[in-house]
Amino acid sequence: MENQMIHCKINGIPVEVPAGSTILEAAKKANVEIPTLCYLKDINCIGACRICVVEATGARGLVAACTHPVSEGMEVQTNTPKVRKSRKTTLELLLSNHNKKCLSCERAENCELQKLCTAYGVDEDKFQHEEMTKEIDDSSAYIVRDNNKCINCGRCTAVCKKVQGVSVIGSIQRGFNAHVGCAFDKPLAESPCVGCGQCAVVCPVGALTIKSSEQAVWDAIADETKKVVFFTAPSVRAQLGEAFGMPVGTNVEGKMVGAIRRLGADEVFNMDVTADLTIVEEANELIERIQNGGTLPMFTSCCPGWVKFCEHYYPDFLPHLSSCKSPQQMFGAVIKSYYAQKNNIDPKDLFVVSVIPCSAKKFEVTREEQFRNGMEDVDVALTTRELGRMIKKAGIIFTDLEDEKFDDPFEIASGAGAIFGATGGVMEAALRTAAVKLDGECKAIDFKEVRGTEGIKEATYTVGGVEVKVAVASGLANARAIVDGIISGEKDYNFVEIMACPGGCINGGGQPVVSDSVRNYVDLKAERAKALYDADSANELRKSHESPVMKLLYDEYFEKPGSHKAHELLHTTYVKRGK
Amino acid sequence: MSEKNSVPFNGTPEQEKMLMEVIAKHHDQPGGLMPTLQEAQGIYGYLPIEVQSKIADGLGVSLSEVFGVATFYSQFSLTPKGKHKISVCLGTACYVKGSDKVLEAVEQKLGIKSGECTEDGLFSIDSCRCVGACGLAPVMTIDEDVYGKLTAKEVGKILDSYKE
Repeated sequence: MENQMIHCKINGIPVEVPAGSTILEAAKKANVEIPTLCYLKDINCIGACRICVVEATGARGLVAACTHPVSEGMEVQTNTPKVRKSRKTTLELLLSNHNKKCLSCERAENCELQKLCTAYGVDEDKFQHEEMTKEIDDSSAYIVRDNNKCINCGRCTAVCKKVQGVSVIGSIQRGFNAHVGCAFDKPLAESPCVGCGQCAVVCPVGALTIKSSEQAVWDAIADETKKVVFFTAPSVRAQLGEAFGMPVGTNVEGKMVGAIRRLGADEVFNMDVTADLTIVEEANELIERIQNGGTLPMFTSCCPGWVKFCEHYYPDFLPHLSSCKSPQQMFGAVIKSYYAQKNNIDPKDLFVVSVIPCSAKKFEVTREEQFRNGMEDVDVALTTRELGRMIKKAGIIFTDLEDEKFDDPFEIASGAGAIFGATGGVMEAALRTAAVKLDGECKAIDFKEVRGTEGIKEATYTVGGVEVKVAVASGLANARAIVDGIISGEKDYNFVEIMACPGGCINGGGQPVVSDSVRNYVDLKAERAKALYDADSANELRKSHESPVMKLLYDEYFEKPGSHKAHELLHTTYVKRGK
Repeated sequence: MSEKNSVPFNGTPEQEKMLMEVIAKHHDQPGGLMPTLQEAQGIYGYLPIEVQSKIADGLGVSLSEVFGVATFYSQFSLTPKGKHKISVCLGTACYVKGSDKVLEAVEQKLGIKSGECTEDGLFSIDSCRCVGACGLAPVMTIDEDVYGKLTAKEVGKILDSYKE
């Protein structure tokens, strides 16, 4: 049955597709694009918005192309006067209670609703509804919800439930009162939201945005008493180009460094360095746990979305988390201790900006358990999107910039640090270093079994003469499956890597927004990850502990992995939170 | 939407035991949320956050999903019902005969809005769509009693007769 092929016609063009294909999929094969709004491949397929309606033989009235399967001999028309009129009216109805302050909307340049309205020439005031002003929820450190712009497409609630398995937001009430929000309409900050930001990434309009920290950075740059230090996460260089129309998967490391310098940063550092540092500390912790009967399996702790998820939903599981801070927090700590001391700077005069692909990191910088002397180590966590906007605002012609290098001494990092940004990357980096520590060498550099964009990957490696069972999961619904499997005794691992966002940081909540017309047809996660794996294989240094910067940091400051000083600055504790 | 919860939750251990039995009964049943909510409302008379949280935990669904269903269907109430349940018909016939003014008078007299319950737990107000007594429009019911051909003026006296 599965191989059965269906023959149909889209606008008169014959196509052959596997049985069960939708009209939308068949049309793409005929090179016909049908507009969508609520549909998002693998995330939301509910046929609710009625934008993708088409005429099809054998169907009464117009049908939704995203859900309607093709049948043998079916003839589909996607662009008739009836179809166009219906789509236009649907859009006009959507606009009846939509906040149309498009001029200052963050999504003005890439709003899917606006794009359709322009294409269909709608009259935005055709249906006027009495004004309903809904309160904006900016209670959390990471996400802002403006329901005045929400079109109830259901993408955010679908990704929250199906992909992330947390379902902290849902559809509430019905009819004109229907809206998206948390249970009992509580503010997001009071919910067990982990801040992954996937909702904002899939939102077609400006209803969900990541809380902006741009102004604080502009202010610090303008403040002559502040030394502004930037550092950029591994995956930012692989996606920032998208904000400037460059192809998905273009590595723009050199241009990014140049652009940040032109914004006015005093130092631009490479966060891959503390990805390496995380690996050295984490591999050391793993070996200690295995050798000394510590809590196993050990889970990675570099993803703040996963950490907060564990704190809310599996608080008893927290001893399994590595005590290592994330690369962002390690970098902040290194800058405000080692770097400040070495350069005779009062940490108070430093303004530390991390550029990250992530919204949950905006929460991470506010974690009081990671403050030192009552002060945060990272002043602002800026997303890739925010950095892109700042570069545009500053009038920097990004695509024409010459490549520049990161500043000393946090310039050089290993390829293992680079792949942190993709699911499986932290695992692979840790295995490379652990293998050398235990076996004296690491024969296989590429751990292919833990690569790729599948949600859950498992493998067994022999390290130090013992079998090490590992698992890698991205997307919190997959993380839940792993943890539940361990708790029930069905699964048994030694080391597990979890990334909250599907595909890892390359698909993070702070990354450039990619519209449905691309997302529905391109394997975005794989394309984006490729840039990082290419950077890894092109790097002479493939193992974190081989980086000269590690030698410098341990020789001059931390002595050895897991030392007292390392524990004081590079490790942390977690907080039990409720659901 | 902010549900005014004027009466604090005071569920009894007996009610909780019954709720747990209901949850256990529907735990593995696909689509078990709806019947659980229905039976829970039967036990408590309404669905406060305390009850919805227990249902969410018990059935392994998120609180936002439970809340979404509870607010989608008008049969579910998030506020407690009073000892005397007032229902003012806003169906077409009653409405053209001025039942909106009757409702307004009831709200004014009790100091609460439709959908709410008085602090002493004596009265709750709801509006409904047609009780099938259009000949008597405008109609209001209090518990099982039906009052027809009402005017806003008469409301006060009727309500007073329910105060013991």
